[in-house]
Amino acid sequence: MTELSVAGISKRFAGVRALNDVTLDFPSGAVTALMGENGAGKSTLIKIINGDYLPDEGEIVLDGRPLGLHSPADARQAGIRVIPQEPEIVPHVSVAENVYLGALPRRAGRALDRATLNRRVRADLERLGFERVIDPDTLGSRLTPAQRQLVEILRALTTDAKVIAFDEPTSSLSEHEVDALFALIQRLREDGLAVIYVSHRMQEIFQLADRIAVLRDGGLVGVRDAAETDENEIVRMMVGRDLSAMFSREHSATGDVVLEVDHLTSDDVRDISLTVHAGEVVALAGLVGAGRSELAGALVGDLPIRSGEVRVEGRRVRLRQPSDAVRAGMGYAPEERKAQALLLERSVRDNTSLVVLDRLRRFRFVRRAEERRLTREYVDRLNVRTPDIEHEVRKLSGGNQQKVVLARWLARKPKVLILDEPTRGIDVGAKAEIYHLIDDLARSGVAVLVISSELPEVLGLADRVIVMQNGRITGELDRADASEEAILGLAMAEDLTTSLSEGQQ
Amino acid sequence: MTTATREPVDTPPKDPAPRRVLSMVGPQNLSLIGALIVVVAIFTWLNSGYLTWDNVQVIGEAATVAGLLAVVQTVVIICGAMDISVGSQTGVASVISAMAFMSTGHNPFLGMAAAVGLGVVIGVANGLIIVYGRVNPVIATLAGLAAYKGIAQLISGGRAQGFVLGDDLFIFIARGRIAGIPVQVWILIVVAVLVHLMLKYTDIGRNIYAIGGNDTAARLAGININKYLIAVYALAGIVSAVAGIVLTARTGSGQPTSGSEGLELQSITAAALGGCALKGGKGGIGGTLLAVLLLGALNNGLNVVGVNTFWQNVAQGALLVVAVIIQQRRSGERAVGLPT
Repeated sequence: MTELSVAGISKRFAGVRALNDVTLDFPSGAVTALMGENGAGKSTLIKIINGDYLPDEGEIVLDGRPLGLHSPADARQAGIRVIPQEPEIVPHVSVAENVYLGALPRRAGRALDRATLNRRVRADLERLGFERVIDPDTLGSRLTPAQRQLVEILRALTTDAKVIAFDEPTSSLSEHEVDALFALIQRLREDGLAVIYVSHRMQEIFQLADRIAVLRDGGLVGVRDAAETDENEIVRMMVGRDLSAMFSREHSATGDVVLEVDHLTSDDVRDISLTVHAGEVVALAGLVGAGRSELAGALVGDLPIRSGEVRVEGRRVRLRQPSDAVRAGMGYAPEERKAQALLLERSVRDNTSLVVLDRLRRFRFVRRAEERRLTREYVDRLNVRTPDIEHEVRKLSGGNQQKVVLARWLARKPKVLILDEPTRGIDVGAKAEIYHLIDDLARSGVAVLVISSELPEVLGLADRVIVMQNGRITGELDRADASEEAILGLAMAEDLTTSLSEGQQ
Repeated sequence: MTTATREPVDTPPKDPAPRRVLSMVGPQNLSLIGALIVVVAIFTWLNSGYLTWDNVQVIGEAATVAGLLAVVQTVVIICGAMDISVGSQTGVASVISAMAFMSTGHNPFLGMAAAVGLGVVIGVANGLIIVYGRVNPVIATLAGLAAYKGIAQLISGGRAQGFVLGDDLFIFIARGRIAGIPVQVWILIVVAVLVHLMLKYTDIGRNIYAIGGNDTAARLAGININKYLIAVYALAGIVSAVAGIVLTARTGSGQPTSGSEGLELQSITAAALGGCALKGGKGGIGGTLLAVLLLGALNNGLNVVGVNTFWQNVAQGALLVVAVIIQQRRSGERAVGLPT
């Protein structure tokens, strides 16, 4: 009887606690589901089990033997396989070669032994009952998302895996592909493997899991037998953080409508209508993959709009490219600040003045003194901790980098500011500063749209909360009605079937 | 009184002037200056005629055409792209300037205007292919390298065209001196200063650095990347045309290939040696000019001491690779997959 267990695992990233003293067993022959809100620590735990991250404290024990996992290769060696959401598949070679990648059978002189390869793969498929689901001669590029996961699973099973972890496997699968995957997972359980299953989807969890472990804020809340619990209890375990320590804005007076979105449809979101008033902070809540960032991308002209209309201060904005949004008075701090916002190897000054150069120039020459004055003004105002304004941005901490992104847009004095996960990966002190800054901005009459996956942050900041799932708005909550349960209920509205969602209506 | 107390904040106190100058020049440029001193010392020791005013002028003149292309290559590379068709563009411009000069009854201005006009057309074509054809810049301009060379050979029949050294303006460019410095070198200096001013002091230059540094961020900040790329390639076309005119003046006639072949390699080598990151966003005209000088001094020295020209090609290729290896080491590039 094999068993994987983690004992006292803790992990911090640049001072931010991701996991705190988690002790959890994953028995063989059972499916253990991991649940929790965005940022509860599920992915971090999976990555530690996979050897991607080294835990700061604690140990991983398999069959009573402590493992020192320094890389995914170590984890594989020990018999642990994590099936990622997007498996790495070589596009131009066959399924058979993909499965045996790195361990292809060969004859003398390094020639590929195609006969043996085919025999082995066909035997594997037959043993697992997949000979009709996937053809070993198909090219990697032709596989459906479910088949890609199947290839990854086959890789795992051909290397004598004892533990298989699935990280939100169904997010890219169609309905009957999900059925096929579940049938496979059932068989893995019957074969005596320990299965770890991470998902947001309540229905799936109750369909599959034997045990449900709930994480919150990096700590383990509890483990329940699936047969002895229900959706309500799990949701209660997922939410319910201590809110007293969190930032809470006072409601400020709101003015006229500034941003109006009317029946907007893009490739990722459908029929979105919303308004943001001057001086108002509206939060877009939802689970990862709900289409919130894609909506922001469409609003700032980065992603094409198929139909619908966007108005700023009553004037229709034609959004063909981001410069249209900038000209209309919109500012946008994207989710991935390093990849999408910062010029890492340039100075704080260069990064701050990027969107105001057209206001700083005289005969196309940038007025350097004015630029330095402006940069200093915003560095002081946002309390950016940098030795001087010529310091390279990549040398600053995450929180200060985010402040530089905000300084850039504040310098332009936008009418609408869209912030996508403004406090992700930022230490607690800088978070509080950014909350106060958002508050100041709203007071000065800016319409602020904040995308956040942290519910306490949403509740602390927002005057109104708009909740999305699967590219649609599933509900809107006023400050008074907003609670973690209500938001989570709407965020999983299409998945919840029982009393919880009915109770909200 | 309040202004007086604020003053010291702006200028770091007690920073000795020499160190300030050093930090302004930068470590990359310092090593180039060091290398230049070593090269000059070695060749002076081997041949006493090396470090004379006459030979320095020869080095300057010989480096002008490659220098012009290196300056504009620097702009293209900072933008995150590359133009390996600059040598062929120079050849086309050289032929066109001489042929237009001949067919307009020896009018030098029309000859030069025709060359520059065609340079703009070729540059814009490069930019359009890259931006709207979604073609990798290296591939697009590699195609240009072959195609434009072919065009130059077609319109010239593969032979040198016309004779321009009966005209005062061309003679002035070829042999003139202003303040003891050859006119050709002045042309390089003027172009370099203009490009430097654009890169460092205008919003255009700042946006070019932003595009090369992070194109997603530049786009989201409202910069029209397509427009900039096309304009940068147009600039490459214009400067290549100027280089072609200088080449025509130097040789006395329009040259389809001789004198311009291999200049793309020289210009990229100079930009890389001068500190341009080949992935864009980093570099400057100062470093490139120092590298041009270094390459010119090296080539001339190898000639002076009688080293086979074939070896000079090997030396140049080796220098490019060494420059890029040093860059990659410095930036701590991850050793996985193909390098970018």
